[in-house]
Amino acid sequence: MDAADSADMLEDEKIRTQSVDLNTDTSLMVDISDALSERDRVKFTVHTKSTLPNFKESEFSVVREHEEFVWLHDRYVENEEYAGIIIPPAPPKPDFDVSREKLQKLGEGENSMTKEEFQKMKARTGSRVPCYFPRKLNFNVFLEFKGELNVRGKNKKERLGGLFKGLAKGVDEVLLSGQKDVDEFFETEKKFLVEYNMKLKDCTRTADRMTKSHKNVADSFIRISSSVSQMGTSEYMDIDRFLNKLAEYFEKARKLEGRVASDEDLKSSDLLRYYVRDTDAAKNLLYRRARCLADYENANKALDKARVKGKEVAAAETAQQTASEKFEHISEVAKQELTDFKTRRVQQFRKNMTERAELELKHAKAHVNLLKTSLGLLKEL
Amino acid sequence: MEDDREPAALFDEDVDTPEAKPDEETNGDLFIGETTEITLDDAGSKKDDTPVESDQGSADIERLEGGENEEKPESSAAASVDVTNLSKPSKDESEPAPKEKPEEKEVEEEEEDDTFDMNIKVSDPEKIGDGMSSYMVFKVTTMTSIPTYKNSEMFVKRRFSDFLGLHDRLNSKFLHLGRLVPPAPEKSVVGMTKVKLGKGEDNNPVDFINKRRAALERYLNRVSKHPILREDPDFRQFLEADVLPRAKDTAALSGGGLKRFVKSVGDTMFQLTTKMSESDQWFEEKQQQIETLDLQLKKLHQSIEVLALQRRDLSSSTAAFAKSTAMLSNAEEHATLSRALSQLAEVEEKIEQLHIQQADSDFYVVAELLKDYIGLIQSVKASFQERVRSYSNWQHAQQMLTKKREALVKLELASKNEKLPQAQEEVKEWEQKVEKGEEDFGKISKMIQKEMARFEKNRVKDFRESMIKYLEAMMDSQQQLIKYWEGFPTGGQSHCIDKLISISSSNQNKN
Repeated sequence: MDAADSADMLEDEKIRTQSVDLNTDTSLMVDISDALSERDRVKFTVHTKSTLPNFKESEFSVVREHEEFVWLHDRYVENEEYAGIIIPPAPPKPDFDVSREKLQKLGEGENSMTKEEFQKMKARTGSRVPCYFPRKLNFNVFLEFKGELNVRGKNKKERLGGLFKGLAKGVDEVLLSGQKDVDEFFETEKKFLVEYNMKLKDCTRTADRMTKSHKNVADSFIRISSSVSQMGTSEYMDIDRFLNKLAEYFEKARKLEGRVASDEDLKSSDLLRYYVRDTDAAKNLLYRRARCLADYENANKALDKARVKGKEVAAAETAQQTASEKFEHISEVAKQELTDFKTRRVQQFRKNMTERAELELKHAKAHVNLLKTSLGLLKEL
Repeated sequence: MEDDREPAALFDEDVDTPEAKPDEETNGDLFIGETTEITLDDAGSKKDDTPVESDQGSADIERLEGGENEEKPESSAAASVDVTNLSKPSKDESEPAPKEKPEEKEVEEEEEDDTFDMNIKVSDPEKIGDGMSSYMVFKVTTMTSIPTYKNSEMFVKRRFSDFLGLHDRLNSKFLHLGRLVPPAPEKSVVGMTKVKLGKGEDNNPVDFINKRRAALERYLNRVSKHPILREDPDFRQFLEADVLPRAKDTAALSGGGLKRFVKSVGDTMFQLTTKMSESDQWFEEKQQQIETLDLQLKKLHQSIEVLALQRRDLSSSTAAFAKSTAMLSNAEEHATLSRALSQLAEVEEKIEQLHIQQADSDFYVVAELLKDYIGLIQSVKASFQERVRSYSNWQHAQQMLTKKREALVKLELASKNEKLPQAQEEVKEWEQKVEKGEEDFGKISKMIQKEMARFEKNRVKDFRESMIKYLEAMMDSQQQLIKYWEGFPTGGQSHCIDKLISISSSNQNKN
């Protein structure tokens, strides 16, 4: 479905939107082909395949670290031109221990979660940047430049500044929240996003807890398995083989339950976590728009004042004109973005829920089979 | 002071040597069924008249009609059972090949296992009274085909301390014979205080009471599986009699509790001070096996309890997830996605129930079984300890005999003729005691071997059955899980919902 529908939907944009799972657009394809963990840093190989003319080659790859992804994200946020876009959230800093554990668990070449996270960001960035700003320099640099980008992590002062900015934004947000929006679309969207974001956060928290406790259950199987097999080795009655088989069952059951837990993590928790950040990004967009609206209104007032006073009318008029245009522009783009966001969300949720259900089914069936064979063997002994 | 004489009566010849069994006297204090003891004494004295040459087989069912039947009918049965136990040593003595006997006896006991069945249910916990003086009463229903019971089905009301009283009696009667007396469920002051202080029905910690109920039921059934213990008059009285003599001194914080504590300290001291050079290879090996088994069972028990706990945790976190998913579905503006989310919430809710069931199965099927066996191993150790005690009594008698003999020789040398008869009498007396000690020791060793065989057999059987039951329960829940996920629309017919969502989403987008 997706190809046709999204094409439909975004027709006026000329270039099709590409989301993570939609690979119909071949003009720019970015994937993370490799993740390499080196001591305390993880290096991702970003592989790009493109037919777009602004790239020197049609296929290339570069090695990037987490900071560089954040850097890219920050460049987007800083640039006013993108104010109307829901800027894809930068992936959270990978927790090395956790991701290593995950990598181990997933073992047989399945995508590592962190990798997937980055992939999501990449793919989404890749999907929209060309459509609005084909000559987006930073992105190209990010994708193409072979050497190290030499993006250092933020230093203390900057971080403090960032914190202050965040604080100021928070206050501003509160001030602006009282603002009544003339456009009902944005008003409902704002209400929805605020509530949805809250619910998502709650859901993520509980999903994490569930995954964790499921993992604990799986882990306690190891202890049982080792206790039972120890009993088997020192058993002197004719139940030793029974015990050994039982220990084997628990060992296998642990693997299965562990898989269930990590799939829950992959398909539920991570999706929810991602959308917490994505709705945050959408909320930020609404904030930027509200800011523009306030600026526009202020410009109107200034113009009125200027007219009354008869001073600097022309300058005020231009200012008002710019603010108006800016606001119009951001509103238009934001509207499209939010609609887009919804489609993407529905698709992703559906995809992950389906996958989760399928995986749960797969694991439960495997467990039943394991139990069947184990019981068969045990009853014979 | 029948109490003091009672244990002696079981060891007929020991009557005149109470100092040989110092601990038995403390035991006596714990022993309450006075009526029974009188008859036991009588039976003990009657023993000599009773024909002992009876076949081993009939020993258990042998009915002794003698005895003063002024009490309840049970008391006569009491005499009969104990007499059989008493008569065995004399048989051992008289027969040249005692080796064969335990085996024959065992076969017989096992046959009995099959011919009679007994099923005991403990149900309907009920709180009597209020505040700290309140207690729980359970309904004990017995169904049996054993002819010595008046009815094939009966029920009585018993409180927890009655169970402890029963255990104390059985323990004092059978432990020193080398029998494995199943341990009574442990007391829980904390749990019971909660029950006592809980106001009204709803506040009762259901978990605790149900746990206790199940433990009591398992205890009674375990006793009833034992061919000798289930014939015991105290056990029968426990199951049959409307009113039971109130069990004394079972409260943890009473004088009895203190005595028990003192006794257990004494036992530990005895254990530490008495070293027995083990000459019997079987016992040496068994003791080691039991020690290992004990450690392993404890370890496994702990891991299973952790599993049950974590499963409970999983169930509550699943419930929380189900709830927040339902909330998310409420907030979701996209109709189909909202529906899908609320369905997911429903599935998770069902899974939560499944996890609870699983946790129960972890706990009741496996953890409690292991706990019972850890308790049983304590009984095994106690019976081993009794054997050591018996050995030390025998050794003591031997030493005394040597001393007495030396004294006799000295007297003879000093030709103090007036003291000679007394000394000779003493030597004779101690010779008998040595003989008796040796015999007792042999008897208890054999009994333990026999009981161990039963124990091991049951252990293997119980463990196998429980684990299979456990895995079957697990299978059920996994199959249920499959059903739930298949019921989830995106799982079973993912394509339909795919279409539904995509159509509606594109519609919405067009709007």
